[in-house]
This record gives sequence, C-alpha cells and structure tokens, in this order.
Amino acid sequence: MNAPSSSSLAGHTASGVNRLREDALRELPHLRTRYADAFRPVTRNGILGVMLAVGLLALFITGFAELGFSFAKMIAGLDQLGKFVILMWPPTPGTMSRFLLFVHALGETVAIAALGTVLAAILALPFGFLAAKNVVANRIVHFLSRRLLDTVRGVDTLIWALLWVNVVGLGPFAGVLAIMCSDTGALGKLFSEAIETANRRPVEGVLSAGGGRLAAVRFGILPQVLPVFASQLLYYFESNTRSATIIGIVGAGGIGLHLSEQIRTLEWQHVAFLVILILATVAVIDALSTRLRSAIIGSRPAAT
Amino acid sequence: MTTSVPTLPPAHSRALALRYEREIGARRSRVLLGLAVFIAAMATAGWMTEVNLGKLFQNIGAFGSYIVRLAHLANGEPVWTDLGEWFWGLRKWTVLLGETLLIAYLGTALGAVCAFILSFPAAFNLTPSPSIRFAARRFMEFCRSVPEIVFALVFVIAFGLGPIPGVLALAIHGTGALGKLFSEIVENIDMAPVEGIRATGAGRVALIRFAVLPQVLSGFVSYTLLRFEINVRSAAVMGFVGAGGIGQDLLEAIRKFYYSDVSAILILIIVTVMLIDMVTERIRHALTGMPA
Repeated sequence: MNAPSSSSLAGHTASGVNRLREDALRELPHLRTRYADAFRPVTRNGILGVMLAVGLLALFITGFAELGFSFAKMIAGLDQLGKFVILMWPPTPGTMSRFLLFVHALGETVAIAALGTVLAAILALPFGFLAAKNVVANRIVHFLSRRLLDTVRGVDTLIWALLWVNVVGLGPFAGVLAIMCSDTGALGKLFSEAIETANRRPVEGVLSAGGGRLAAVRFGILPQVLPVFASQLLYYFESNTRSATIIGIVGAGGIGLHLSEQIRTLEWQHVAFLVILILATVAVIDALSTRLRSAIIGSRPAAT
Repeated sequence: MTTSVPTLPPAHSRALALRYEREIGARRSRVLLGLAVFIAAMATAGWMTEVNLGKLFQNIGAFGSYIVRLAHLANGEPVWTDLGEWFWGLRKWTVLLGETLLIAYLGTALGAVCAFILSFPAAFNLTPSPSIRFAARRFMEFCRSVPEIVFALVFVIAFGLGPIPGVLALAIHGTGALGKLFSEIVENIDMAPVEGIRATGAGRVALIRFAVLPQVLSGFVSYTLLRFEINVRSAAVMGFVGAGGIGQDLLEAIRKFYYSDVSAILILIIVTVMLIDMVTERIRHALTGMPA
C-alpha cells in the first residue's frame, strides 16, 4: 500500500498515470482480501435490479418492433428531415404583410397566456383554500376538491382547447378558456400545498387577538402565501406562453395556426422563421419573469 | 385574571401612528400602481383575444350543456344506464391506450438515454472545455424550447403518419428537458469520489461508472419517472397531428360530436394518467427516501 504514494508525486504525465494504474492493479488481490465487503458477491437486490433492467430493455426492443420502426424507414425519414433543414435556410417570413400577420398572432398568443393564467389563478384560489388541510378541516370537502383538481389536471391543454372550440367556436377566446381550465387544476394543487406549508404562528396570533376564522385566513395566511402565489403565477405564465403557441393547431387562436399551416404546406423558410420568433419571445418572457420573480420573492422572505 | 396593557403617552403614540400611516401609505400606493398596470395589461390582452363578456356568459351555459350532453348516449339516455353501449369501443380503445403508453415509454427511454449521454459534457465539473459545454447546453436548450407537438408535426411529414413521429418527438423534447435536470444533478455531486477514482488512473468511462453514477442514479431515475408521467399526457394528444395513440380517435369523436365516445375516451385517459401518476409517485418517493 505504500508504492502509490511515491509515484503519485510523478504528476499527471501519461507514464505517471500508467504507473499508477499498474500499481493499483497489483494491489487488487490484497484489497480483495482486506475489504471483502466491498467486493461482495451478487445480492438479491442486485439480481432484482438486473432482471428489471432486462425486462425494460426487452420492452424497449419489442416496443420498437411493435410500433413499426424499421431501419429503412428511419433512413428514409432522416433523409427527408435533412432536406427540410436545408430548405429552412434562410429563415424568412416572405412578405412584410405576412411578417405583420405573424407578429400579431404572436401578440395574441402572449395575450392568451396572460389572460388564461390570471383567470386560472382566480378560479384556483378558492379551490386552493378548500383543498388545504389547515384551512378546511372537513375531510370530505378536502378529498372532493383534490380529486376535482386532479381530474381537471389530467386533461391536456390541447384537449381542453378542442372542447372549447366546439363550444365557443374557433378563435383565441377558446384558447383562453382552455388555458384557464387546464391550469386551474395545476395552480389549485400548488396553492393548496403553499397554504399547507404556511407558518401556523401568525394564524394563532390573529385568533388569540380575537379574530375570526376569515380574519385568520386574511391576516394570518394570505400575507405569507401571496408572494409564493405570485411567483408560481409568473412561472405558469412562462410555461403557458409555450402551450399557447401550440393550441392554435386545433384552431384555438395564436401563432400555432400559422405554424401548422406553414408546416403542412411545406413552407420551410416560414416555419424556421416562426420557430425562431417563438423561441425569442419565450426567452424574453423567461428573462422578464425570472427578474420579477426574484424581486417578489426577494422583497419578502416568506414561506416557500 | 386581570391584565393591563401599558399605554404610551399620547404624543408618542400619535407620532408612531403617523409614521405607520406614512409607511403603509407608501406601500399602498405602490400596490395600487401595480394593480393599475396589471389591469391595463389584462384589458389589452382581453381586447387582443376578442374576449366578450356577453359571449362568455352565453358560453358558460353552452359549456354546461356540452357537459350534460357528454353524459348522454346517442339515444338520449344517461350514459350510466348502459355501460356496454357507453364503452362500446373498449377493446379498440384499450389497444390504442396501450399504444399511447408504449409511445410514452419509448419516447421517455430514448430521451433519457440521450440526456444521460449529454449530461456529462454539459456539466462544468466533469467537462472543463467551455466550447463542448456550450454546444451541449445550447443543443439541449433548443430541444426543450420547441414544443413536442411541433416536432411531431414536422416528423409526421418526414416519417409518415403513425406512432414513429410521436416517439421521436417525445424523445427529442425529453432529451432537452431531462438533459438539463441531469446535468444539474451531476454538477451537485460530491467531488471526493471523483478525485479518488481519478487518482487510481481510471479513464473517463470508469470515472463516470464508479464515481459519478452511484451518486446520481436515484436522481436520474426519479426525474425520468416524472418525465414518463408528463409524456403519457403528451402522448395522448400526439394523435391530434397524426402521430399515433388514442388522440386520433378522441379528435374524431370531438369533431364529429359523438358525445358519449368523447366522455368514455376522456375517462379512460384520466384514469390511466391517475394510475400511472400514483405508481410512479410511490416509486419516486421510495427512491428519494421519503415516506410514500
């Protein structure tokens, strides 16, 4: 065990490292006898892990066969994809009027995201309090509101968009309602978790000063959770800008309609331009909301 | 029990009250200003998205009646009176749901493998070269910034209709999303084992296998399971653009106003999503050592 210490001073030259390796290998039998535990034979958990891995791998391979993957198909598809990428250069909207159309649709997308998020928050607020254990002690109310939120959350934004298009017709209004519905579930859950982790002491303080239950919520809980809510809201606005770009695919307004149209008509230069436009917008909104978020959270170190 | 609250001299308390009013007043006006900006922004958004309150109230009723119609069969009876009629396509839908789950699994697995490979070049503690790191990070950023359904739209044209574009779209998006999380885990590892293994003269692969992997594996698996949950939801709508799974049937049922079919398929999707969430949540909590 004393040989490596002298050679480790040889620095990181290749020969030094090689010598280290030889020394280490020479020491291996010694180590094996001395630290028998570290070289233990196969354990039951190890076998189970290997079996699980083999099963997942088998599913992986049969899955590809099941879904009709084949080498020839992949090559042909990748060849096509390569052609598309070449055709995308240079990204351009074509005409000025189309550029303005795209920008307007982008504005619509951001507006859908903003309005949808705010409406969702307004709807989620009462559910958040109902689903929080420390506000409503009734287990049935608690359970029912949780399950309702779960159900709403289980339906994808795109499905909500499709349903609302059926009800209110094509257009951005359906998009707003879709974002509102799918986010009520998610925000309600987050709100209730924030409320449950709020500090109990302010509530007790209000109650001991003679405040009622409503006052306890208003002055004991709300000031603690509002900054958290605001930061979550901004985060959802961010992620909704992404989802609002795609709900246009089913006709619920925004830039997605143009995107799917340009893809289906194989106008690759326009597609590339649209994608860049979307990515830039999302990046700008990300940066803005990150700054706002840190400002809100930083100004009042409250419960998280 | 009697208690007495000590009171301040009037002058002193008046000064304090004035001070308090001033402080609160400043904050109040700031809040009001913020509120005004917020309301103006919302009004603009409402104007841009053609929101019409009259239309909204009218449509709330329409949505209510839509829900009611979802709960009725084509012959006008409530759905629960004839479960066989309601779930008439159960066998077909189960197969499609299976396909959806398979798409989600393959997409997640492919994405996780790519993210695993990319996470080491993207981590600053294992890759000193800034240019390699930059390339890996930007690539992953692109992958996760473009929504998967957009990838699916493009892939459907390149690879043809069917589940293949769905799997590839989920895989690419997953590579970006998981790669970022994976590389963050790698950046937070304890470097002592890495130095120990490096001192034995181990190569890069051995280094990752024996020094890094034992530290990051449970985190990687946990995030991959979370991604699987998300991908099951996404795979359910891949059919909207022709990329396989149950989405195609749902789209048709909604477009053709087959109300009871819509509710049946939605229930199947929601139940599946909830079951998967429950199982993976158990596993994730077991992995991170939290009580389930």
